[in-house]
Amino acid sequence: MNGKPLVSIVSAGLSKFGKHEGLFAREIFSLAVKEAFDRCPKLDPKRDIKALFIGHMGESYEHQGHMGAAAADWAGLLGIPATRTEAACASSGAALRSGVYAVLSGLADVVMVGGVEKMTHRTTAEVTEYLAMASDYPFEQFHGITFPGLFALMATAHMNAYGTTQEQMAKVAVKNHHHASLNPKAHMQKEITVENVLASKMVAWPLKIYDCSLITDGASCIILTKPEIAGKFTDMPVHIVGSGQASDTIGLYERKTLTSLQSAKLAAKTAYEMAAVKPEDVNLAEVHDCFTFAEIMAYEDLGFCKVGEGGKLVVEGKTALGGRLPVNTSGGLKAKGHPVGATGVAQAYEMYLQLTGQADKRQVKDAQVGLTHNVGGSGATATVHVYRSDQA
Amino acid sequence: MSTQAPFTIEQFYKYLAEGKLMAGKCLKCGKIHLPPRPLCDNCYGQDFEWTEVSGKGKLLTYTIIHVAPPQFQTLAPYAVGIVQLENGLKIPGMISGVQQEQLKVGLELTIDFAACSAGQAWPQWQRYCFRQT
Repeated sequence: MNGKPLVSIVSAGLSKFGKHEGLFAREIFSLAVKEAFDRCPKLDPKRDIKALFIGHMGESYEHQGHMGAAAADWAGLLGIPATRTEAACASSGAALRSGVYAVLSGLADVVMVGGVEKMTHRTTAEVTEYLAMASDYPFEQFHGITFPGLFALMATAHMNAYGTTQEQMAKVAVKNHHHASLNPKAHMQKEITVENVLASKMVAWPLKIYDCSLITDGASCIILTKPEIAGKFTDMPVHIVGSGQASDTIGLYERKTLTSLQSAKLAAKTAYEMAAVKPEDVNLAEVHDCFTFAEIMAYEDLGFCKVGEGGKLVVEGKTALGGRLPVNTSGGLKAKGHPVGATGVAQAYEMYLQLTGQADKRQVKDAQVGLTHNVGGSGATATVHVYRSDQA
Repeated sequence: MSTQAPFTIEQFYKYLAEGKLMAGKCLKCGKIHLPPRPLCDNCYGQDFEWTEVSGKGKLLTYTIIHVAPPQFQTLAPYAVGIVQLENGLKIPGMISGVQQEQLKVGLELTIDFAACSAGQAWPQWQRYCFRQT
């Protein structure tokens, strides 16, 4: 591999992220699908789309499994092979990776990949329990360890090893809330301060409620094609030039280190090599900030800074809009929202907007190379994708 | 030591209820598995023996859970951590009887086998926890 396009994104859609009272997941998905179809009038969905992969994490929320077929039906695509992918919060990162496999295999020239989750109709306690299902049962869930708890365990280890602080973590929340205020589709629209974060209610020490991503409803989708035929559908394709996915132990306690995610490092290595891109070549990134600390760790795992210096990077403003490497211009999981199954492809949607110059108030100037980083569970799955604009 | 007991997570909890912290040792490559597993991930061996592990260790990292799942809400806030045992293996669990201000990385802890069992339909295992050594 030498940086050639693997697949091309010819269209993308995203529902508003937030509360969709009275809607089922499949109905929210149809909102994202409609935007993707409207953006691409040369696409005839029923004729052209040959497969659907959809990320969806939990049957528990709606007592509804088997989302592949349900989503295909509500997208007006019945008949095509439709498969749900599940890798916890990386469910649609895995759907994207599956779409890449499908196109590169030659079995499908055009595929839809997407993701969806409907969460806000459940209580926080219920959502806490459902999310925890993505962690180890017999040694983590059975002992009352929650999802925020797992990331808190990593944060404590990082603070102890490198002196990372709660103020540095708070800066991630402040930055991503600011970005979200420029994104009309983000769940959160208001700016916050470091003081707001530090004074907010404790969830799992040292993580407070403003360190946590949001319980959100939402859906995402993109249309992938073989690069050779992308021009049939659009004058502005975005190419995926690197795709990595990796796994690690389901239990956090079994990992060799608690201060980085080996799955993310492995997935990044694969994606960077395929793309012939180095971390310093990346112009912008959407990373998996399920908790503020997770964004700091992502900087280090992706090679955006030295190990232990992630906190410093955000404090210096380098990852804010206007900085050297803007991260989570959409608002991220933290402030755009985290409908878990939708997140991986929602990150790809932001890359599509940015690399085609359609990101409006949050547009990164002259962006040519982008990266998305989607983490499942406490890091048992990670996917990393590298994107290039057609002009690059 | 009997080698008849299956090398499973359920058996691990059965031994815990007897006050024993037991790991599986692969007879082919020597890797020690905590929890035990029926197929060695290192050499794919299927022959193991039980080996008793010291329940003493040091705290690697910790957190205090304030927002808990429904089953654990009556306990919140509660401390959990990952403990590195004397043989180097790691195991997570609740930490009982230690004030939050006294929690720190490196704290010496010992497993308590008869701890904080919350009733539930499945699995009906006894929980362990850790206490200051």
